Amino acid sequence: MRLPTLARPAALAAFVLASLLPAAAHAQAKTLRFVAHADVKILDPTFTTAYISRNFGYMVYDTLFAQDAQGKPQPQMVDRYTASKDGLAWTFTLRPGLKFSDGSAVTAADAVASVERWASRDTFGGAMRSAGAQWSVVDDKTFRLTLKEPFGMVLDALAKPSGFPPVVLPARLARLPTNAPIAEVLGSGPFVFKRDEWLPGSKTVFVKNPHYVPRSEPPSGLAGSKQPRFDRVEWLYLPDSNSAVAALRKGEVDFIEQVPADYITPLRSDANVKLMSAGTQQAQLIMNQLHPPFNNPKVRQAVLKAVSQARFNAAMGYPLDMRMAYCGTYFICGSANETLAGAEPFRTPDVARAKQMLADAGYKGEKVVLLVASDVPYLNALSLVALQTMRQIGLNVEGLTMDWSSIGARRAKRDAPESGGWSAYATVANEFAINSPIVSTYLSAACGNTLPGWPCDKKLDELRTAWIRETVPAKRRQALDAFQARAYEAVPYVVLGQYTPAAAARKELKGAEKMWSGIPNVWVLDR
Amino acid sequence: MAYFLRRLAATLPVMAVVAVIVFLLIHLSPGDPAALIAGDLATGEDIEKLRTALGLDRPLWEQFMIWLGKLLTGDLGTSIFTHVPVTELLGQRLEPTLSIAALTMLITLLVAVPLGTLAAYRAGTWVDRIVMVFAVLAFSLPVFLVGYLLIYGFAIQLHWFPVQGYVRFAEGPGRWLQSLVLPCVNLALVYIALITRMTRATVLEVLHEDYIRTAWAKGLGVLPVLGHALRNAAVPIATTVGVGIALLIGGVVVTETVFAIPGVGRLVIDSVQRHDYPVIQSVLLISAGVYVLINLLIDLSYKFFDPRIQY
Repeated sequence: MRLPTLARPAALAAFVLASLLPAAAHAQAKTLRFVAHADVKILDPTFTTAYISRNFGYMVYDTLFAQDAQGKPQPQMVDRYTASKDGLAWTFTLRPGLKFSDGSAVTAADAVASVERWASRDTFGGAMRSAGAQWSVVDDKTFRLTLKEPFGMVLDALAKPSGFPPVVLPARLARLPTNAPIAEVLGSGPFVFKRDEWLPGSKTVFVKNPHYVPRSEPPSGLAGSKQPRFDRVEWLYLPDSNSAVAALRKGEVDFIEQVPADYITPLRSDANVKLMSAGTQQAQLIMNQLHPPFNNPKVRQAVLKAVSQARFNAAMGYPLDMRMAYCGTYFICGSANETLAGAEPFRTPDVARAKQMLADAGYKGEKVVLLVASDVPYLNALSLVALQTMRQIGLNVEGLTMDWSSIGARRAKRDAPESGGWSAYATVANEFAINSPIVSTYLSAACGNTLPGWPCDKKLDELRTAWIRETVPAKRRQALDAFQARAYEAVPYVVLGQYTPAAAARKELKGAEKMWSGIPNVWVLDR
Repeated sequence: MAYFLRRLAATLPVMAVVAVIVFLLIHLSPGDPAALIAGDLATGEDIEKLRTALGLDRPLWEQFMIWLGKLLTGDLGTSIFTHVPVTELLGQRLEPTLSIAALTMLITLLVAVPLGTLAAYRAGTWVDRIVMVFAVLAFSLPVFLVGYLLIYGFAIQLHWFPVQGYVRFAEGPGRWLQSLVLPCVNLALVYIALITRMTRATVLEVLHEDYIRTAWAKGLGVLPVLGHALRNAAVPIATTVGVGIALLIGGVVVTETVFAIPGVGRLVIDSVQRHDYPVIQSVLLISAGVYVLINLLIDLSYKFFDPRIQY
């Protein structure tokens, strides 16, 4: 059919106008567009400790217990539980009606297999194993934990929010070998991963899980109801910060999980945007304790004495109100575990005193190889200040610049620094990977660990075990103080500072203030 | 046809050399995908186990032979990070990249050839100077800076176009076009500058030929004369356009990053950053093949513009 000459442009215009309208499916689905801090590469939160994989896990999986906004463990998939008076026998019953997103029932066997997988990977789980933890299935909905030694933190362990969170998978997946990520994604959490819409490097799509059974309590932290208000959540990975911020300002996206430091101040003046805390982070200097000079705690103390946390924090570029001038605890300042035990000698940075401490430690000019991350701006800033600080106190330090993946490979090498190994590198950790002697990656590492840096202090191990076993609050506090005081003597790593990254949301997005400490519990959001 | 087949056959050793070089370059560069997959808290033991699971602990020649064997059966492999087949990853990325390349070249040709011809026709006048100043500016300004300015002006202030993202053609041609305008204009500016200068130079040379003088003497109008001149100046312009298309397919990383377009360029960069060997190897090899093919097509196009050329 041929259209009259005049009708052709009109038809074309109508076609173009019609196609400018949003597609029907998109218009109907209430969609949250969320700019994630990284691209999701590994879909298995039981395999990697990458935060983005953990966050992915919270979208599609559920946990037996979960921390509420006050940091207290609350039952999540568990309906009720009992503990014997001596705390050595526990029985857990799952909530009725729980299902995986394919409609199959969640059973006690799934829970036990998942917890056993988690315990084989996680330090907290490992500590429970050391206390003789044995898991067994009682019936379809009930399972049991028996311990040989007291372990005062069973519920805290099962509600562990980060590192390896103990998510529940079908038993057939949980029993797969742990030496490679699980490719299949099947959980009982609030969302279902849309693999057919997954665009690695760009977009990860989730839709509501039709089989999700929420709790009746309101959402709080990672606990309570996780009933989503959005039908569809799109995690976008926007590698260019400027474009991400522009997209937020224009309303093309609803939320930015981590706003780059440079953009925080400009966004504060935008009436359509609100900023909020994205949790608390600690900057750290990890040192290789197998080889000189950092195999000597006195040398590590000398570096600690030279560290000005204010300078390290300033280098990362966060506004003054988002960084601390000084935080004297190995844990999180402002948290229940904050303590200044052992910190006083290191409170004031003093380069001259640090030089003297280095000389007293018997430092003979051994080469120090500092791995400088080139592709992560805040790590690069931390590394450069660390390089300068070490040079100031007289360490013979060489900065080796490489991308973060190369640092990942290099730091696994146990060779001496001059033979292809390393001496130190800077990194950061989220509060959930810091805030107690058992969740902190480096403070929880017992002698014989295989963590890069290979920290080992037997006294610290004893004090950690004492803290774990202690159940009386006052004594537990004393044990924590003793543990930190020893940490300042052994210096398992150097704290470079504490700061608070920012998240940003469109003003019309409701519930953004309930987003929790850097873990995107997006089910609290609504529009 | 015989020439075409001969040239096609000649690409095979080129591709073989590219395959070996790409493989060696990637595998000999520092960095370990296993360390990246295992995460920040992974132990040396974890990473070693994973290397074994991924087959990265095998000798290099063995890894090469496995990859080559699969390649010869049409299997490009699977991403070691996402477990998504490389063919699927490429399939996802091809549409945005080809869309950008096609629209960018369309804008370029529609603007640059007339502009360059006009500058040549008006050589030495203020028109010529303005065109050349524009060409120098467009060529000198960094692509990302122009991208940010376009976003600020046309997306944030005027709300005409989206800041970022790509809308598939199937979701609506209008929305598809809307998502492409800013990135394509951004990219086209560089090519417009290049091809305008090239067109001006070659047309200017042709305009001094005897047959053009004869055409003017015969009383032909401006447009027919410029048409003759343009056809005779087409070979170098076609070469530049062809090279431009080849560069566009793999070289739009900055634009794809600024406008968050999930194209082939970003796929390569992402894969290089995380040492995703199967993806890098396959995409670079295919890119090399596309380059060779485009060069061949350029050579064949010469005969269309100038029938005197014989192969």
